[in-house]
Amino acid sequence: MRLLFYLLQKEFRQVFRNKPIIAIIFIVPIVQFLILPLAADFEIKNINISLIDNDRSSISKKLINKITGSGYFRISSIDNTFNKALKKIEAEESDLILEFPANLEKNLLRDSNQKVLISINSINGIKANLAGFYLINIINEFNKEMQTELSPNFQNEKGIDICSLDWFNPNLNYKIFLIPGLLAILVTLVGGFLTALNIVREKELGTIEQINVTPIKKWQFILGKLIPFWILANLVFTNGLILGYLIYDIVPQGNLLILYGFIDIYLFAVLGLGLLISTISETQQQAMFVMYFFMIVFIMLGGLFTPIDSMPTWAQYFAYLNPVKYVIETIRLVMLKGSNLEDIIPQTIAIFFFAVIINFLAVLNYRKTT
Amino acid sequence: MDNIIIKTENLTKRFGTFFAVRELSFEVYRGEIFGFLGANGAGKTTAIRMLIGLLKPTSGIASVAGFDVYKEPDKIKEKIGYMSQKFSLYEDLTVLENLRFFGGIYGLKSETIKSKSAELIKKLGMENIARKLIKELPVGWRQKVAFSVAVFHNPAIVFLDEPTGGVDPIVRRQFWDMIYEASESNITIFVTTHYLDEAEYCNRISIMDEGVIKALDNPSELKKKFDVDSMNDLFNLIARKKLLPDYEKTLQFYY
Repeated sequence: MRLLFYLLQKEFRQVFRNKPIIAIIFIVPIVQFLILPLAADFEIKNINISLIDNDRSSISKKLINKITGSGYFRISSIDNTFNKALKKIEAEESDLILEFPANLEKNLLRDSNQKVLISINSINGIKANLAGFYLINIINEFNKEMQTELSPNFQNEKGIDICSLDWFNPNLNYKIFLIPGLLAILVTLVGGFLTALNIVREKELGTIEQINVTPIKKWQFILGKLIPFWILANLVFTNGLILGYLIYDIVPQGNLLILYGFIDIYLFAVLGLGLLISTISETQQQAMFVMYFFMIVFIMLGGLFTPIDSMPTWAQYFAYLNPVKYVIETIRLVMLKGSNLEDIIPQTIAIFFFAVIINFLAVLNYRKTT
Repeated sequence: MDNIIIKTENLTKRFGTFFAVRELSFEVYRGEIFGFLGANGAGKTTAIRMLIGLLKPTSGIASVAGFDVYKEPDKIKEKIGYMSQKFSLYEDLTVLENLRFFGGIYGLKSETIKSKSAELIKKLGMENIARKLIKELPVGWRQKVAFSVAVFHNPAIVFLDEPTGGVDPIVRRQFWDMIYEASESNITIFVTTHYLDEAEYCNRISIMDEGVIKALDNPSELKKKFDVDSMNDLFNLIARKKLLPDYEKTLQFYY
């Protein structure tokens, strides 16, 4: 144990002498939290419409006002033919074409029935979907208003009125969804990369050789490497929680002990991955690229931005092998939903197994002798 | 037998089809300064790495400080110090912190580390640099500190792999003074070097070539045996004889 103390003391001295590392630990979370949730938002605004209004009536004006008044759309051009409007789409100047037929008002008043044309640029599928969805909602609402306005006495033969309540994130604020995920990514990156790079750096400098000729035991060396970064990652996580509260007013709904307990088991899995990668890498570049490969796959398929439920079946099965999935899920459960220990048992068991298996492989692969 | 501290028999290391060390058999006696000479690539470092437990031999027998290199590498590691060819102290720690760290992982007590460090710093006149980071020190000082770290825990043997590479003659002199001092306190010295004048400082030397020991004795006996005047001639005769024609060819090519 005394030996471990010397190892930890040395590691902390080195870390706190390394200014860039300190900056990474404390500045990266701030930047991530300030910029990402604001920029990486799936809510789509400023959708450009090329308008072809063949009717030019008071009703078409009203509808246009309602559409632009929603805040999602703006009229970027007014054209007289569809082809001209299409050119605007091709030039990326607008996102969709909205065409009102001639006699819109007349037909609507006479037959209570009229069609409008919406053509959407679907290169960006998500944007196209959302734009169409917003626009149709607005037009539907407009329909209802028209009905009450035109025949106030006419009772709408409504069947079921669908009215939804949004729980755990009542304002459907994307930031609240994103922050717990970002916290998960933060500890993953800090823990994984720092561990891998630190050990490989000792290999590059040759200092690991000086350690390997001492009677130090394998487990002592490994613990001496894991514990410092485990503590640092906890610091970063705490830092992130505080920032989440200060900037976005997000207070964890669940028990903080459960949250930290889970993160701390998860960290052993991540640090073990860093260790494993360091045993197979000779240079920091190699370690960096291998780590990067794992991180990209884990993060992209871990449900940070896009829900795993909407991935293809094979990707959903693959997600069972992705530790990042479990941690994002659990942090969201505990922070937003206030889940208890019994709610996160499956995730905890999965992460525990990850930690054991990865560290087992890493220890097996770490050699004092070549 | 008790007097023998390192013993190898047919010690061999093969990388694929290349024999880095081929059937090496020699003995090193307790307390002596043993010079391990050879041109670059002769297999010196490979041999050392096998003796100190960093590299598994392909075949053969070797024991260091009475322990078998296959079975008891950790016992060996308690008894040896090592100074690598590649400088391997922590450059972002100070002299004192390096001493403390390595002393600590060799199991020395905190008070022992403190008193030994103070003693060492006084002896080497390092009062001004003891609290400086290693990376701020000139090469000569770094090498002296590295040697001090290698013998800090009082090992039975210290392995020095080209300890004076890139160091000026004055520091080399001082460095050899330190080696003698360690030798006087009963530490066996196993040293590789390129500098043939340094070979004269050793009690016995071996000259290695292509993974094989070509000569082994004390320097004056060797000179007599091979009928040469200086270590330089001896080394040329043994280790450079095949290099020389190449060297001349190269010269002809250029002139």
